[in-house]
Order: sequence, then C-alpha cells, then structure tokens
Amino acid sequence: MSIDLETPTAREPGGPPPLDTAGFLRWCWRQLTSMRIALILLFLLAIASIPGTVLPQRGLDPIRVTDWIEGNPTWGPLLDRLGFFDVYAAPWFAAIYLLLFISVIGCVIPRTRIHWRAMRATPPPPPRFLDRMPGFRTWTTCAREAEVLDKAEADLRARRWRVDRGPCWVAAEKGYLRETGNLLFHAALIALLVSIAYGALFGWRGNVIVREGTGFSDTLTQYDAWGGGRLVSPDNLPPFSFTLDDFRVDFERSAAQRGAPRMFEADLSVRPEPGAPTEAVMVRVNEPFSVDGAKVFLVGHGYAPVLELRDALGRVVHQDGVVFLPQDGNFTSTGVLKSPDATPSLGFQGLFLPTAAVDDVRGPHSIFPAPDDPAVFLSAWAGDLGLDSGVPQSVYALKTEGMTQLGLEALRPGQSWDLPGGNGTIAFVGLERWASFQIAHDPGKEPALISAMVALLGLMMSLFIRRRRVWVRVADEGAGVTLVTTAGLMRSDEGEVSEDVDAAAQALGERTLA
Amino acid sequence: MNATSLAEWSNVAVYSAMFALTAAFIAFAVGFAARGQRVLTPQRVAVGAGAPVIEAPPAPVAYPAGQRASHIGLALTWLSFGVLLVGLVLRGLWAGRVPWGNMYEFSLSSAAGILGVYLVMSLRRDVRWLGLFITGATLLTLGLAVTVLYTEAAQLVPALKSWWLVIHVLAAVICGGAFTIAAGITLLYLWRERAERLDRVTGVVTKLPDAARLDTLAYRILIFAFPLWTFAVIAGAIWAENAWGRYWGWDPKETWAFITWVTYAGYLHARATAGWRGRRSAYISLLGFASFLINYFGVNLFVNSLHSYAGL
Ligand code: HEM
Repeated sequence: MSIDLETPTAREPGGPPPLDTAGFLRWCWRQLTSMRIALILLFLLAIASIPGTVLPQRGLDPIRVTDWIEGNPTWGPLLDRLGFFDVYAAPWFAAIYLLLFISVIGCVIPRTRIHWRAMRATPPPPPRFLDRMPGFRTWTTCAREAEVLDKAEADLRARRWRVDRGPCWVAAEKGYLRETGNLLFHAALIALLVSIAYGALFGWRGNVIVREGTGFSDTLTQYDAWGGGRLVSPDNLPPFSFTLDDFRVDFERSAAQRGAPRMFEADLSVRPEPGAPTEAVMVRVNEPFSVDGAKVFLVGHGYAPVLELRDALGRVVHQDGVVFLPQDGNFTSTGVLKSPDATPSLGFQGLFLPTAAVDDVRGPHSIFPAPDDPAVFLSAWAGDLGLDSGVPQSVYALKTEGMTQLGLEALRPGQSWDLPGGNGTIAFVGLERWASFQIAHDPGKEPALISAMVALLGLMMSLFIRRRRVWVRVADEGAGVTLVTTAGLMRSDEGEVSEDVDAAAQALGERTLA
Repeated sequence: MNATSLAEWSNVAVYSAMFALTAAFIAFAVGFAARGQRVLTPQRVAVGAGAPVIEAPPAPVAYPAGQRASHIGLALTWLSFGVLLVGLVLRGLWAGRVPWGNMYEFSLSSAAGILGVYLVMSLRRDVRWLGLFITGATLLTLGLAVTVLYTEAAQLVPALKSWWLVIHVLAAVICGGAFTIAAGITLLYLWRERAERLDRVTGVVTKLPDAARLDTLAYRILIFAFPLWTFAVIAGAIWAENAWGRYWGWDPKETWAFITWVTYAGYLHARATAGWRGRRSAYISLLGFASFLINYFGVNLFVNSLHSYAGL
C-alpha cells in the first residue's frame, strides 16, 4: 500500500500562515488546493444539498413554498432571505462548488505537470535490498548475465512495460494511465460544470397548456411560464407552431393501482416555420419531438369543461373550454372563469370531477380519473373582478374581495343553471381535454453528456489500472552460474504485484530450488 | 399457465428462495462459529537474505466440520439466488415489464443484487466467512418485502416506460448490493479494528479476518460500485432528459443520488489523504451508505418527488 509521494497527494500544508502578504496568499492557495480542504469541501457540498430535499423549493413547487412561509411566520421569511427555498441557486451553495472547482484546477495543473514529466522519465533502478519487496524471488541459472537481461527486457517490452536497463538490472514500470485517468476525470468534472453553466446561460424553457383543437406558436406571450438564461433573447425564439389535434389517455381499471395512468399520447400538426407545410407528429411521455433546436415534451394533461355563459341581458359572453388544473391523481380539478364583459361582471370558482362522488369528510371529489360520471361544481360571484387595477392576476384564481356570492350549484353535462337574482345562465355543454407541454432548449446538454462520459472513463482508468514496478537483477556467482533476483512494487492503493513478478520470472525460465 | 398463476408461482419462488436462504444462514452460522482454524495457504519461507525461496508444500487439507458447513451455505446461497431470479422473471412476465415498478419488486431486485454481487465475489476469493452477514441482510430485505412492501403487480406508469429506466435501475440495484456488502464489511472492520487497537482480540472477533484485510476488501467493492453508481446517475439523467425535458432538476431523489455520489467520492479521497485512512474513511463510507438508504427508502416513502412511484 503506497501513496504516491511524487504527486501533491501527500503534500499536507501544515503550520501557521506566514505574516507577509505574498506568503500569506501563497499559504491560502496551498491550503485551498490541499487534499484535506478538497475533502472538507466535498463534505460541505453534500451537507449543503440536504436542505433542498427537506424544504419545498421554488423551482419545483412554488405554491408549497408560499404555503410554508405563510405557515411559519418566524422561520419562513428568514429562511427565504437566506435562500433556503432555492438552495441550488443560493450564493452559499455556489460558493462551495466554485471553491471546490478552483481547488480542482489548482490541484490538477501541478499534477499534470508532474505527471507529464513522470511519463517521460525512465523507471528508477532497483533499490539495494530487494528481499523485502513483494514477489521477491531468486534462483540460479547457467545463462550469461547479459542474456538474462536481454530476455527480461524483451519480454517486458512485449507486454508493454516501460523498461530501463542498467549494467546488471532491468527496471520496468506500468500503469501510467492510472494517473492520466485521474487527471482526465477531474478535468472532465470542470468541463461538466462549464457545460451546465453554458446551458444555463444560453438555454430556455417554457410551459404551455394547449386545449384539443387549439394551437400554439413559439412566442413569449403564448407561454404560461417561461424562463431563460441571462444571455437569451426572448424575442428570437425559433418560429415554429403547432396545433393539438387529438389527445388520448388510458387509465388502469383493475383493482391494483386503479387509476394509474397507463398511456397518454398527443397528435400534433407541427409547422416548423411560418408558411412551411405542417407535419403530423405523435408525442408521448419519453418521446419528445425536436423542432428548430427546441425539444417539445408532453408533461401533463387535464380537462377543460366547455361552459356557456349568458349574462343578465341574455348575451352569450363565453362559450369555450375552460382549463381546470388537476389537484389529485383522480383529477379532482379546480378552475376559474372570469367574465368582465358580462353585465354585471361575473366570476366562477369551479371544481371539476371526472367521476363525481360526495362524502362527508372530503366533500365533492373524484374517484376515478376518466370521465365516467363528470360533474362541475360552481360557485358564482358578481361584482368587481379587480382586473383593472393593473396588478397582474393569475387566470386560475378569483379575487373575491369586492364581489358578492350568488350561489353554488352542481352541473352534469347538458344541465344549465339560472343564476340567482336574474344575473344570467351558465351551462355545462361539453368536455374537452388539454395537454401541457414543456418546450426546452439546452445547448449545454450534449457537452455535459460528453463530459460525464469522459469523467466516467477517466474514473475507471483511475480506479482499475494499477501502477506497478518490476525489477530483475543479475549477479555473477562465478563458475558460469548467474544469480537472478526479481521483485516488484505496487504503487497503487490496491492489488498484488506478485503476479507480475511471477510472469517476469516465468519468462526467464525460473527454476525454484524446491 | 394463466396470468394469476404466474404471479402465484412468483410468490412461491420468493418464499422458496427465503427458505433456502434461511438454511444457508444456519449453515454459515455453524461455519462461522467453527472458524479459528485458519484456511491454510502455502507459506513462503525465506532462508536468509538472497537465499533461494522454498515453497512449503500445502498442508493436507482435511475439511473440518465448520468448513463443510460453510461450503453447504454457499451452495444453498447459489440455489436461493437462482430461485429468486426465477421469481423475479415470473413476476416480470406476469406484469409484462421489468420487475421493478414498485418498492416490493425493487426490494426483491435489491436482494438479488446483494446475493449476486456476493456470489461473484465468492468466485474470486474465499468469502465464506462473510456469508452469515450477507444471508442475514438479504433475509431481512426479503422479509420486509413480502410483509410490509407487498404490492399486487401492475403496469408501470407511462413516465417509467423506457429502456433507460431498465439500465438505470439495473445499475442501481447492483450498486445497492455492493454498497450493502461494503457497509457490512466496514462495520465488521470497525469492530475488529477496535479490538486490535485495544489489544482485545478475543471471542467472536477472532473469527473475523484482520482489520487491514477487511478494509481492503471494502475498498475493492467500493471501487467497483462507485463507477457503476456514476453510470447509474448518468443513465438516470439521460432518462430524465427524455421524460421531463431536463437532465437534472434537483428533485429529492436526484439530489440524494448526488449526495451519495459526493460522499463516496469523499471516501475515496479520504483514503488518499494523510491522517484520514482507516477509521475516518470507514465512517465516511458508512455515511455514503446512509445516504443511499435515505435515497432508497426515505425519498420513496416520505418525500413528494417526481420519483415517488413506490405504489405502496
Ligand atoms: C469536484 C470535486 C471532486 C471530486 C468529485 C473528486 C473525485 C475523486 C474521485 C472519485 C477520486 C478517486 C479516484 C482514485 O482514487 O484514483 C479522486 C481521486 C483524487 N482526487 Fe479528487 N475529486 C474532486 C476534487 C479534487 C480536488 C480539489 C483535488 C485536489 C486537492 C483532488 C485530488 C485528487 C487526488 C490527488 C486523487 C488521487 C487519489 C489516489 O491516488 O487515490 N480531487 N477524486
């Protein structure tokens, strides 16, 4: 078991820092690039990742973050300010990995230099006493010294050892690629980080909900949510568009895992650019399609009950599908309809149940995700919708301050409800489906994959290649007898060198005196 | 054979595997208790510096009762492994997919992973002394699977239908086996190391190999498991990219896989850092195993994650 003394591995900076500035800076750098600090930083990175798996995170679930902060008025805002709801983008998290990567660079560069020199150096001559070395063996032969050494050298070279020859010895070393692999691994980690950063700066991603029969074109205003890197111009998105022609789902009906989704797929007509002919594309989970450098993924689906609303004057002010967002696995869904044009302005909060059931504990809820027995529960409000205040509002939430509740009603398909006080009529006339898509462009992902593969290759080289030395020494015993001695040295952490020595000895026709 | 009977036969196979494993456990226990007579290896006797080496002839090996018992234990472990694989295949045939769609199946696969890694090790070196702990751990896993985690089979949800899933989970299952064995050996190492340090190698501790050997063995397993885990994480990222449009999203499951990876990388570093070899690096590798367990059990059961498909 040996630690490689020629690399900075074993270099452990000790002692207090010197007092002059240059010396102090050098001391800091040496600390930062030491194995001990690398170890501590790795540890810190692991620990710093934990809070993000315990606390809700903005990037994954912004609503739960808001709930959490509201539910914990003391800790919530404090943790929020410290970035605990966005851990992986927090400055302290970045500080750890940036320090770690500076440390890697500071570590890899000098090691590369040393390794470069080691790769060209010749293996060192055998130490004076070989008898304590692993695989040590010795025997006598009638062959001449030079003959033995020639044979040893030829054999070792044929098995691709690096060989050096002295007057009465042959020294061989093998496994330089271990260190090469290790350096490759660490360098590839840096490349991976750079690729991720590149993707974050130049990539973008958006989400959009599209109802059956309607379309989408790739401009910022059409997205429900969009986020892009600092160096992306949202005005120059690739100009494709598509319509959702058909959407099919299928749910498990047998008792085991009843209601689990079994299949969903969407038929799209895609137009790669304005004026181009459309192509028919089918998208499934795990089977995105690529268009113009962007990838379109099917990520979710739900129901859009078609509601027809007449106001107090009898005008049809709304007649279209309304997107309801699923709240549970059985697609108990909530949605909102706002009609500022009605007289008076009307707003509805709704609950849609594909297979309706009502019980005392849970109230109205759905017991199966397919529309076997659909119903909409509506709560009607009249008054100021607050849309003119200039503050942007979610289309999925109704601000009911300043409104009066008119009543509650449950509707089955085909049923209608005359709103109390002659405020109009609403009818549940049909059911559409919608599908949600994630559209992503990440120019860093191919470099990231390549870096990861190179890292894996380097890692395997670094762990599985063993660096070892073998020596053969000869001595003239007189009377035409030559004493041959072989021994080896394992320079990696693991494994046995004796097999290599055995092989070398065998090639020389070793005879033991047993 | 109709579908239901396939599932029933799968259950029969799992119970039979547990039965064989229990027998193996007992046999290994007998073998372990009888340890103390060291397995004889050829000794090299150096007769003075530079003198010819004389290979001592191997002593005639008469198998003591204990060794025979652990031979039987190993044979029974092979049997149990084979039967368990049959159970997994039947389960997969019944469900029409790979048998790791829920925690029950994943636990069966993990048990097969532990046994498989151990048996492959046993081809290369004498690890019968370890059999007691391996069969014990596997029995525990299987017991948990058939009692607490049992789920009727069903098909996978659409996001899980991918070849990358098969590769990703297969790699993770093998890693799970290797991590478990390495953690077990590391615990034994800490036990033995303490006894050696305090000069109190008595009783059961004498039946364990030297601390240095245990340490090296755990290291060898981990340098096999670590690149495989790296690969499993990469395969998972490719799968995630295909399913969700991003290869890494800091989902709890992904994050714990990352923590596990970083911690084991810390272990490998520690072994190369002055003052960190031995006990300290052993503790780090146990931390790595703890985060693996959190990833496997904790995240599936308690955390709301895209990966929560436990189907309990
Ligand atoms: C991103 C952070 C890092 C990760 C994930 C990482 C990971 C690894 C892994 C898995 C190994 C094992 C390969 C082997 O044993 O040959 C290793 C080895 C090594 N690392 Fe790192 N490393 C990181 C940062 C660093 C830094 C900052 C340094 C410099 C101080 C460093 C120096 C070394 C050295 C010298 C070895 C060889 C140890 C040996 O000879 O066994 N690493 N690293």
